[in-house]
Amino acid sequence: MTQPGGSLEQLPRLLALLPYLQGHPGARLVDVAATFGVTVDRLRKDLDLLWVCGLPGHGPGDLIDLEWEGETVTLIESAGVDRPLRLTVDEALGLVVALRTLAETPGLIERDALNRTLAKVEQAAGAAALPAGRVEVAVAIEASPEVVATVSQALDDGRALHLGYLVPARDEVTERDVDPMRLLLVDGRSYLEAWCRRATAVRLFRLDRVQTVRVLDERSTPPAEATPRDVSEGLFHPSSTDELVVLALSRGAHWVADYHPCESVEEVGDGVLIVRMRVGDRAWARRLALRLGDQGRVLEPSALAEQVRADARAALSAYL
Amino acid sequence: MAAKKTERLLNLVICLLATRRFLSVQQIREAVPGYEQGSEEAFRRMFERDKEELRDLGIPLETGTDSHAHDDEHGYRIARRDYELPEISLAPDEAAVLGLAARLWQSAPLAGATASALLKLRAAGVDPPPPPAALEPRVGASEPAFTACWEAVRDGRALSFCYRTSSRPEPEDREVEPWGVLSWRGRWYLVGHDRGRAAERVFRLSRIVGAALPIGAAGAVTPPAGHDLRSMVARFAGAEPRSTAVVRLRSGAGWELRIGATAIRPDGAGWDLVDVAYSDPERFADRVTGFGSDAVVVSPPEARAAVVRRLRALAASLP
Repeated sequence: MTQPGGSLEQLPRLLALLPYLQGHPGARLVDVAATFGVTVDRLRKDLDLLWVCGLPGHGPGDLIDLEWEGETVTLIESAGVDRPLRLTVDEALGLVVALRTLAETPGLIERDALNRTLAKVEQAAGAAALPAGRVEVAVAIEASPEVVATVSQALDDGRALHLGYLVPARDEVTERDVDPMRLLLVDGRSYLEAWCRRATAVRLFRLDRVQTVRVLDERSTPPAEATPRDVSEGLFHPSSTDELVVLALSRGAHWVADYHPCESVEEVGDGVLIVRMRVGDRAWARRLALRLGDQGRVLEPSALAEQVRADARAALSAYL
Repeated sequence: MAAKKTERLLNLVICLLATRRFLSVQQIREAVPGYEQGSEEAFRRMFERDKEELRDLGIPLETGTDSHAHDDEHGYRIARRDYELPEISLAPDEAAVLGLAARLWQSAPLAGATASALLKLRAAGVDPPPPPAALEPRVGASEPAFTACWEAVRDGRALSFCYRTSSRPEPEDREVEPWGVLSWRGRWYLVGHDRGRAAERVFRLSRIVGAALPIGAAGAVTPPAGHDLRSMVARFAGAEPRSTAVVRLRSGAGWELRIGATAIRPDGAGWDLVDVAYSDPERFADRVTGFGSDAVVVSPPEARAAVVRRLRALAASLP
């Protein structure tokens, strides 16, 4: 891999910086630095380097020329680097697949604008976008178009919503009014982040679990303490104060370790994994344990294990 | 040190963009500052490495000779039409869509690739507005094998890796001609032709053990026409219905089954009969068993037996 600040990182930046400055005469250093994702100090070093480069001969008219005025900069002479470099295959595919992914969620973005953007990007990318037709890289997003459209509309218009929302852990559809904050598409699922007036807290609502949705006449007014959560490290952060559940998983239940955050996963032979996980809701753990059948066993807490046995006996009686 | 090298490479790009003729290696040495010192051999080595770096960045170095050249030595130049990003002009709503799309990827290598693509487009005059606070699209690819699979698909190149399945205790070596990668319900899958099994297969990236390595030449793999990645993965993940079960559900319970139901009718006080499509009786039984005594499979016998087997095991498990 490249060293930070090495030429593999700096050179592409410089090659983009020249045409960018050409199109933004008198740009403020602080704005340019923000656009390029570097510090102003780093940008100054870039500009110092540009200053000494140029066409062969390196006479006065051959060098790149910049004019400084206070905290702004203007490009006078570009030495022929007037356009950015073409997109690489990764750059082109990254954008094209991202655009197609947004198109996967109907009701999210106006389809017409998306198609126009996609066509223009593909055209500008030229041959670099060709693998997009040959191979398939796709991201499937699950959500009902009507629900996404209604939620997007409420966000655009700043309106509160009434939701009929399924809480699988309790196997119940709850009715609540919420103040929408934003729509998240994370790992193939869409969520509404909103202030829930019933829970008086910020909640994430998975849109495929919204049973009914209605835009209210009231305005959306999330209180000041309703701050969006940082989703960069995943959506769900188990709390260390949640109950510790220990499960023994046979091969058919190993997926649990893939799907749920675990404190530890230990292999103990014969294909059995011992996982320790924090669980906020006992009802959820009870359902999970039932669902695992003979492939999983609750080791701790013992009250949960006993509960699951009792549930199973009660359920079994309907079949006898 | 690094600055000196960047300076030399930038001068080299400027020089090769400016020339119409192919420049010989000697002409390049004379024209580009930074090459003048050292032995001829050291210069040649340095130039070779520099060419490699430029190509890695996607800078199209053209080699050839001018028709009037006296010797056979190949020269170099960069053709503007191959180097320069074509004109692109986006309406405000298009620029907004682009800005949003460029934020989608959360992990390497695509997060970096879309960020640098956006910079190039900004340098071409595209000006996306600040992203809307109300929409946050994210796709992660945290599986360690993602980069190798992505590159293999991109380059049309076969891939070899060690793969773990739930049916066998030890991981096995696989050789796969990749047709595509798909993120489905938050997990990444590789679809392709498994050479050892001589059949099409779907692999979950999280089950690839260790490094996935490219084998054979790039461009050697051409996906067959007409395969449908999505339905292959859906079938693999057991989402395509094959049979229908009738389940007795307590009123107000079994919501996840009700949501996917094709028919719901009352069945005496406090109960409903619900038709639910399923693909695999065992996985279907997992779902039903999760509802405990709120859900009872009426038919077919295969699904009923699968639930009973689970409940017996659970009821008999040792305290």
